[in-house]
Amino acid sequence: MAALEKIGLSLFVVALAGFLWAFGTSHYRLTPEVVRQSISDTAHYARLEPALRPLLGVEYTSNVAFVGDVKEAINRVNDDFKNKGQRDRVIYNDYTFRLTKNAGSGILVRNPWLWFSLIFGLAVAGGLLYAASRYTRQPAGIQNNGIFFRSLTSRGWLGILLGVFLIAFYVILYWFPEYITNWLVLVDPLSRAISGKPASQWFLYGVLYTLVILVLGVRMILKYRHSRYQTIRTGSVMFFQTAFAFLIPEILVLLNQPWYDFKNIWPLDYDFFYAYNLNQLVQSGSFGLFMLMWGILLIIVAVPVITYFYGKRWYCSWVCGCGGLAETMGDPYRQLSDKSLKAWKVERWTVHGVLVFAVGMTVITLINYFSSYQLLGGLTGEVQKTYGFVIGAGFAGVVGTGFYPFMGSRVWCRFGCPLAAYLGLVQRFKSRFRITTNGGQCISCGNCSTYCEMGIDVRWYAQRGQNIVRSSCVGCGICAAVCPRGVLKLENGPEAGRFNEQPILIGNAGVRLQE
Amino acid sequence: MHHLVIIGNGISGVTCARHVRKRSNCRITIVSSESAHFFSRTALMYIYMGHLRYEHTKPYEDGFWAKNKIELLQKHVVQVMTGPKELVFSDGSTLAYDQLVIASGSRPNTFSWPGHDLPGVQGLYSLQDLQRLENRTPHIRRAVIVGGGLIGIELAEMLHSRRIPVTFLVRERHFWGSVLPAEEARMISRHIGEHHIDLRPQTELAQIKGDAASGVQAVVTKAGEEIPCEFVGVTAGVTPNIGFLQDSGIRTDRGVLVNGFFETSVPDVYAIGDCAQYQSPPTGRKPVEQVWYTGRMHGETLALTLTGKRTPYTPGHWFNSAKFLDIEYQTYGQVGNTLGENEATFYWEHPGGRKSLRVNYHPQRRQVIGFNAFGIRLRHEVCDRWLTEKRPVEYVISHLQEANFDPEFYRRHEKEIANAFARHREQPAGAVLT
Repeated sequence: MAALEKIGLSLFVVALAGFLWAFGTSHYRLTPEVVRQSISDTAHYARLEPALRPLLGVEYTSNVAFVGDVKEAINRVNDDFKNKGQRDRVIYNDYTFRLTKNAGSGILVRNPWLWFSLIFGLAVAGGLLYAASRYTRQPAGIQNNGIFFRSLTSRGWLGILLGVFLIAFYVILYWFPEYITNWLVLVDPLSRAISGKPASQWFLYGVLYTLVILVLGVRMILKYRHSRYQTIRTGSVMFFQTAFAFLIPEILVLLNQPWYDFKNIWPLDYDFFYAYNLNQLVQSGSFGLFMLMWGILLIIVAVPVITYFYGKRWYCSWVCGCGGLAETMGDPYRQLSDKSLKAWKVERWTVHGVLVFAVGMTVITLINYFSSYQLLGGLTGEVQKTYGFVIGAGFAGVVGTGFYPFMGSRVWCRFGCPLAAYLGLVQRFKSRFRITTNGGQCISCGNCSTYCEMGIDVRWYAQRGQNIVRSSCVGCGICAAVCPRGVLKLENGPEAGRFNEQPILIGNAGVRLQE
Repeated sequence: MHHLVIIGNGISGVTCARHVRKRSNCRITIVSSESAHFFSRTALMYIYMGHLRYEHTKPYEDGFWAKNKIELLQKHVVQVMTGPKELVFSDGSTLAYDQLVIASGSRPNTFSWPGHDLPGVQGLYSLQDLQRLENRTPHIRRAVIVGGGLIGIELAEMLHSRRIPVTFLVRERHFWGSVLPAEEARMISRHIGEHHIDLRPQTELAQIKGDAASGVQAVVTKAGEEIPCEFVGVTAGVTPNIGFLQDSGIRTDRGVLVNGFFETSVPDVYAIGDCAQYQSPPTGRKPVEQVWYTGRMHGETLALTLTGKRTPYTPGHWFNSAKFLDIEYQTYGQVGNTLGENEATFYWEHPGGRKSLRVNYHPQRRQVIGFNAFGIRLRHEVCDRWLTEKRPVEYVISHLQEANFDPEFYRRHEKEIANAFARHREQPAGAVLT
């Protein structure tokens, strides 16, 4: 390992340690001021304040203890209402999160810009230094040496550790945000600077997500600097994440418009047709209506038309945020995807199953919406809740990213994403896109299949000279890059002969003439 | 039931078995002592480099064979009894056949240098060779590779990937000068240097020093230089692996002698792949072809004969490919290291020194004879068609974009190449760069 590589890695580890230290560094003390500030609803304030009174002035050094006591106090109030049969008075708003965030004190709270710059700056600098040193030491070319020897990238203990860390992070982010208020304190000033609002856990997630895609996007570009397809494509996912997923929505909020990611398409964007979103768009004047129209046009025009010309890659590996993370942070894990025929069978059931689920849920939602909540009222809420929990958070988030070190970078995209399923159906049945194989040049080495993040057994087609037309192909182009014999090419062409189901390997004149 | 037995589970034997299965319900058994399942020999290097694991090199899932009723037997054949039509295995057991296909491949050439049998001196061909390499090379300080062909450069890249310093002894003036024209050979030699591999052209091995206990300790070149090393890779070609046929009555020379239908001197016994030797080679072909693609074509062709459609081996235009560290190589048609009679050549090299294109053609008739492409991917189907159609070199140069197979957004060089070709045409005939 070169010196700069070591320094970069050390800086990153220091930053990670700092980030973990920040998790538990603050002190917490509830004051009347904090309670008032956190519970803006006066009715709720009146109900909760008495229960929180015993905690006032008590100094906590652990957020776990503080959160425990606050939750207990609020639960006691709610249990009381439930016991009395006053279910309508039960408070479902998450005040624990706000109370914890506002009750914190300590050096983070006093100087958030400093610690934000230190921790995030060191992480970014360390990551960039590491990547730059590591991938520019060798002449430009395929740099997969030792991938299956390294613990992190071959399901070794480091990989397992990373997977567990990611899973834990997502579980806390989705369901226990009150424990990570310190991290929110770090990004609070940034959030206020961009949108004028305090940071939610989703802002923190956006910052981390964007930084990861940018830093590891630079890594990807350095690693594949000999391939213009890869460098341009990586630039594209970095741009769409930074501009479309992160900055523009926050700026919209600053301009008092609804938060909207212009590249997120239903059914991946599963709550697009939820009543709250439709209402918000409809009530936001002409700009809101434009967003509504834009979203619908993406679904019914952009997806089929662009997929017809370029395949689903235009979205999955050029634009999408999940894809962006998979193509940058996920790149070191792409070889861990399952290539077996069995996995392909499972994949077809699950991904289309989720599509059916998403469409069904949306139909119920719209019936409910247009019947003015008369029909299917309770059912809609239950179905939405189930989808949000199981698919939106569990599958897309926890499994989707947490399983990178176990099952490769595209677990969600391959087995779960309903938009990928929709794009895939168009790609399979009505598209000009295919991966062409080059005559008889395949040597069956297996690099293409191994490095296919979607688990497509590319070699199976290449070694028989057949075009690869698969609904799951996201067009990342890595199979063509790692092929040592120049066999694979992502191409758009006429639909005629696209499947070439009776392929012939060029080179054997005798067999070609006879058969 | 009719029993077809194939010795060897490499690309030749396996292709033959698969194609027979498509056309026949006969019993098929593939015998191999090397591995339980077919794997891609060309991918061995990637296992050592950590790009792949062994299981990734298997082109078919393990269940494929039972599903297609192809029996696999991991045993070592020691004798072929053509009288009773039986194979004898090293464990003493036997197997009867009705038809026999010998597809036993190659083994690395060995030489009689002093010390050639020391521990740490080996070639790279089989899975077992890879294991020996794996056992020998951790913690070694230097490796020496003798013989500059495709396996030589692969072995150099493998050792280099583990950061083992490599000295690469090559007999010719440049790397693979026996096959590549001087310009391309020079370019690859430069690229080898770029990777800090110590290439020693015009250097031959005289002696390997060491002892039986610790193995090789140094090599001595014919010029008298001693190079300390703990590993010597011998990669100067391969030879047909046919030792077990000695007393079989099957006629052999370097390889198993076959006619144009892969039939040996004994009825119902055939030979294909690396181990076969044509009694009269097809035009433009060598008597022994040791390439993945030819093995595959042998298998395809013989499968027709075995299933009742007696078919001669008529290969189309020659093609091959390789990758030298980061530079890919494809060749179509005939391009020798020197120009033959009635051959002219046009060579273009990118100023960056990592891409080149050569088109050989007939100087009077202008028809294209062959292509060498480095760092640029060419479309096999188009090059093959142009060779068949005997397209003039002018046509080929002006239609090069049709043959380009590089990924989207790659820099294209058709214009530069066409300009270079225009200048090339203005040169007096015979003034060819070498």
